[in-house]
This record gives sequence, C-alpha cells and structure tokens, in this order.
Amino acid sequence: MIALRHVSKRFDGRVALDDVSLTVEAGVTHVLLGSSGSGKSTILKIILGLVRPDTGDVRVEPAARIGYVVQEGALYPHLTVADNAILPARAAGWRLDARRARLDALAPLVGLESSLLLRYPHQLSGGQRQRVGLLRALMLDPPVLLLDEPLGSLDPIARADLQAQLVALIGQLARTVVVVTHDVREAFVFGAAITLLDRGRVVQHGTFADLATRPAEPFVAEFLRAQAPPRAMTQYL
Amino acid sequence: MTVIGALLALSACGESGPGAPVIRVGSKSFTENYIVAELVAQIIDETGEARAERHLGLGGTGIVYTALAAGDLDIYPEYTGTIAQAILKEPSATSVEALRTRLAPRGLTLSDPLGFDNTYALALRRDTAQRLGVRTISELARHPTLTGAFDAGFLEREDGWPGLRRHYGLRLADVRIMEHALTYAALASGRVDVIDVFSTDGQLARLDLTVLVDDRRFFPDYTAVLLARRSLVERHPRTWAALSDRLAGRLDNQAMARLNALADLERRTFAEAAATFLGRAGPARSADRPLGRLTLEHLWLVSVSMTVAVLVGLPLGILAARRPRLAQLELMGVGVLQTIPGLALLAFMIPLFGIGQLPALVALCLYALLPIVRNTVAGLGSLDPRLVEMTAVLGIDGWRRLAWIELPMASLTIMAGIKTSAVLTVGTATLAAFIGGGGYGTLIVTGLALNDVATILAGAIPSAVMALAIHAAFEAADRLLVPRALRAGGRASE
Repeated sequence: MIALRHVSKRFDGRVALDDVSLTVEAGVTHVLLGSSGSGKSTILKIILGLVRPDTGDVRVEPAARIGYVVQEGALYPHLTVADNAILPARAAGWRLDARRARLDALAPLVGLESSLLLRYPHQLSGGQRQRVGLLRALMLDPPVLLLDEPLGSLDPIARADLQAQLVALIGQLARTVVVVTHDVREAFVFGAAITLLDRGRVVQHGTFADLATRPAEPFVAEFLRAQAPPRAMTQYL
Repeated sequence: MTVIGALLALSACGESGPGAPVIRVGSKSFTENYIVAELVAQIIDETGEARAERHLGLGGTGIVYTALAAGDLDIYPEYTGTIAQAILKEPSATSVEALRTRLAPRGLTLSDPLGFDNTYALALRRDTAQRLGVRTISELARHPTLTGAFDAGFLEREDGWPGLRRHYGLRLADVRIMEHALTYAALASGRVDVIDVFSTDGQLARLDLTVLVDDRRFFPDYTAVLLARRSLVERHPRTWAALSDRLAGRLDNQAMARLNALADLERRTFAEAAATFLGRAGPARSADRPLGRLTLEHLWLVSVSMTVAVLVGLPLGILAARRPRLAQLELMGVGVLQTIPGLALLAFMIPLFGIGQLPALVALCLYALLPIVRNTVAGLGSLDPRLVEMTAVLGIDGWRRLAWIELPMASLTIMAGIKTSAVLTVGTATLAAFIGGGGYGTLIVTGLALNDVATILAGAIPSAVMALAIHAAFEAADRLLVPRALRAGGRASE
C-alpha cells in the first residue's frame, strides 16, 4: 500500500506538487495521468525517496526495494544487457549462480530473447531496451513496481506489442503497480484506478468510467476529449 | 612493475657509491661555467681527499646559488658582479675581500680571483686596430667614422652601449642591431668595424681580434671566483689549497677564451677542455652520458611523477566532483600551479627538496595534476543524471557506485586527461636537467650552452619519440581500462 497525505513540493520556487493526497491499494494497478509538468513523475520520485516532500507525509508498505522503470530503460552503456539486468542482485550480494538463474527465469517473462543478453544497450531497439529495464526492475521480485512512461519513446507497433505484454505481465504478477502516463488510452488499458493531475494538483480520482461520465471539473472532460480519436476514424478500426 | 623495479634498483646504484667523502660541484648552464666546474671537479679527484660529484648545467644563478646556500652543493664558479648584485644585492661591494666578509655569516667563502673577467667588451679586427693605433676605448672615441654592430641586449642595457657612449663620449657613424653570433662574421668580413663581445668569448681567439681596454673602467667587474661553503674549506683543506694553487690567478681572459673555443668551436667535451688546461692528455671522465642511461632517467622521472599524480589527482577529482564548491577551489589551485613557469617552480623546490631527482619529481607531479583532476571532474560531472539517480533505486551506493558505474562511464574522459598529462610530462621533464634531475634535458642544456643544434636534437628527438611511445602505450591501456562499448570502436560496430 502506498499513501501520500497533503504532499507539496516546490523546485526553485516553482510548484511541482500542491497538496497531493493519494492512496494506492496493495495489488492494484494505479495510473497517474496528466500532461508533462503535471507532477506525476515527481510523485514517483517521492515514493522512491529520491525527492523529499516539502510538507506532508508518505508511507510505502511493505518497506522493501521498489522496482522502477523509466523511458528508454535508463541502462548503463558500458554494461551488457545481462550485467545491467542483474545489478540490483549484485548490489544485494547475490551469488553468481543465483543471479544467473533469476535472469534466465525472468527473460522469457518480459519477452527478451536470451541471444540479446550479451549485447550492449546501444545494440538494442527501444522496445528491447525497455524490456531490459523491466527485467532489471523485477530482479529482486519487488512488491511495488513503478513505471514512468514505460511506452513513451516507442514506435506504434513496438508500443502496442509491449503494452499487451505489460498488461498480461502485471495481471500475472499481482503486484502493487503505479503507471505514469500522459496517454488516455494507456490509462484506460492499464488502470483500475486513475488519478488525473494538472499542474501539481489532483483533479480527480476514480475509474475511467468515473472520469468519463462524472468529470469533477470541465478540465477532465477536456483532457479526455483532446486525445479521443475522431469518431469518423473509429468506424474503420 | 618489473620496469619500475629495475629503475628503482638503477637509481639506487646511482645514489650510493664508494664510502669516500664527496664534494658536490655545481655549475650554471653555459660553456665557461661548465668548464671551470670541470676543472674544479678534476682537481678535487686528483687531490684524492674527496670524490667530486658533478651537478653541472643547473638553470641559472637563482637555482645554483639556492642549492649552495641550502647545503646541496659545496662549490661552484661565480662572478664577483653577480655575487654583489644578484646574491648580496649590494652593488657597491666589489672587492673580493668585501664580498668574502659579507658572505661569511652565510657560511660561504670565496677563492681569490681566477684571473679572467667575463664582462662586456668592444672588439676590432687586429689589422684595423693596428692601422688606427687603437688599444683602449678612449682611443676609439677619436674615430667617429667607424661603424658598429651590437646585439639587442647590449644596445639597450644601461650597462651596455647607452651608458658606455656617455661615459666615453663615443660616436660611431652607423650602429646596427644584429644577432650576437652573426656580429663576428660581419666583423671578419669587414662590413662593420666594432662589435660587442664577452671578454672570454671563444671566438676572440679564433678570429684574431683585439679587445679594447676599458681604461676608464665603465663595465662592471665580473671577475671569476669559486664560491664555496666554508665547511668545504674546513673539512678538505688540502683540496681547497690545491684549487687555489692550480686556478687562482692562473686563468686569464685569453686562456679562458681558448678553453671556451675548444668546447664551442672545436666540439670538445667540457671535461676534455678542462683536462687540456690541467696538462693532461685525455679527459678524467666523459661529460657525455650514454643515451640508454638518460632514457632510463627520463622514463623514471615520467613514470614516478605520473604514478603519484594519478594516485593523488584521481581522488582529488572524485572529491571535487562530489562537492562543487571544493571543485572550484581545487581547479583554481592546480590551475595556478600550472601557470608557474617551469624553471620558477623548480627553483621553488630547491629550498624544500634540494637539487637532483626529488625536487624534479615533485615539480613534475604538480604539473601533471591539472589535466587529471580537471578531466576527472568533467568526466564524473557530465554523466547522465538519470543514470546516476537510478543507482540509488538499484541499491548501488558508496564505493560500488563509483567502481561499477561512475568511473567506468567516465573512464574515456579520465584516461584522456591522464594521457594528456603523460605526454606533457615527457616534455616538461626535460627541464629537470636545470636542477640536476637528469634525463634527456641534460643533452638539451649542454647543447644550448654550446649553441650546438646536434646535441640539442640528441635530447629533443628521443624526448619526442618517448612522448609518442607513451601516447601509444596509453592507447593500448585504453583497451584494458575503458569498457568496450564506450570506446570509439565499440560504437562504430553499432
């Protein structure tokens, strides 16, 4: 379970988060939806402890290592795929055979061919890099997984492909997951619970249906409508 | 490691020697001073009371006097004018007796004048002088139709042409500026009548010139003497007596000019020139050192100073990368070190570390620091902040963050700094010769003194070759130390 109460944060006087309260229930996938600058990534960094809030408090239970995946995977260019993926286990002092066994078990789960393990990040496609990032985040089997725009920089086909796999994987793992996205369709696909943010402020909590049918503010309807495909187009798809 | 071990053993051999007491003889880096120091060293060895240890070719009065005052040298040839003006800063003290009194509180003493006087003088071709009947500068003043060629220094210095002209009321029909070495040719070919010379110049003997007598004593007195520590006189009285007997009053301007000519014009070694004066056939010891020995010395200077500079510079750079305030301070500090001219930095080292290899190593280390520290700070500072932040999430902290992530990712930049530093150090190490640190610089300093391009190149070319070799060695080290994916080759295979 993750709980933020009345959390505010400023960077150099600019408001990043303004009195944000938020609860993510254990085992649920929660989507933080908003445009860039809405404060959704800052919330993840506060949950990770990378950023300290100015006011308010944060609770994460159980207090264990958190899995964290960012755009492009944030892989270390000097390490092979395998060495990147096992970093958390190496830091935790796992033996070599334990690391190797875990790597072999996880690679098919995230859809990574074992032939890629000895390559370097710059030799992979964007989707492959993202899978390595996901593999690394899952290495220590964390109870909480945070995904920051996990499909952000991918081309449409790789994106659809990875999205389907992620949804299946998340369902299979049954972990507490927080997904950050600006994409309304992703929010719809991933999230049982959605929090819509705007300029550091929570606009509305709820399911997609809640947001769509009972918008708390005109902004909510406006935000959803802005990304909806033209009606004339949907009849073809 | 083996190489360093061998170098250590070699340098240890060089430092120790037979148990006999040692007298350390110094010289500045010009021909005359080299030769007189060789004379002193050969007489010391001949007397047998002590063994002479040569520290020749040191870089100027500041360095050689500081070394004597600090007790790192026992004796070197000096000039009374230099002692009065540059050392005691009392231009009025001119007699040897007055200088001796003033040096006594410093634990130093002087020999009696050796007999020659190295000062400015005016010279004419002998036939011209005889035709006009000119022997003194006063007599020259009666011939305003003559022409002169002087070097830039003499033409501008107050104790050169401007003062001389006023002092004697001299006039010449035409005066031109000319490089000193070329004035001799101009005089010999009759294109000019009068040139400025040093009174012991080797060319005087060869070209059959008449040096005019400074009859109204305008030029300052630069009488050659031996400047020594009093402890030498007390501990080795026989040696001191032998030096006085053989040298004091025995070496006049003509004799010195002849010895200078032997080295400068006939390409004899300083030791051979000195041996000639002492009436011996061959040199007691060759002044030349084999290239292999110089190479080892040079390699030793570079490898030790670079090892220490890396061991110090890398942690300094890492520390600075963590604390931006400290980084400013550090980079300013090592930057200032870099701006100190090489010779000045070496001179500062003498009171602390004496002369020889140690002060040279310390100075080289200080010079080598800047590129290493700066590139370490730059390399660590320019890492992708998202990748650095991720280490905290992955549980990688402390030394592991440094060893697994930061240093490997910054290794290309850091290695470039070390490489730059090493190549610069090979060049800078040639300055070590000025404080007796050995290496290729020894040949360069000697060559400069003799104005002998071949000898200069004999030092400069191996130094350049060593710089290239070290660059190549570091390129090879890159393959071991920089992760494959970060090297240019790794990227290209994408």
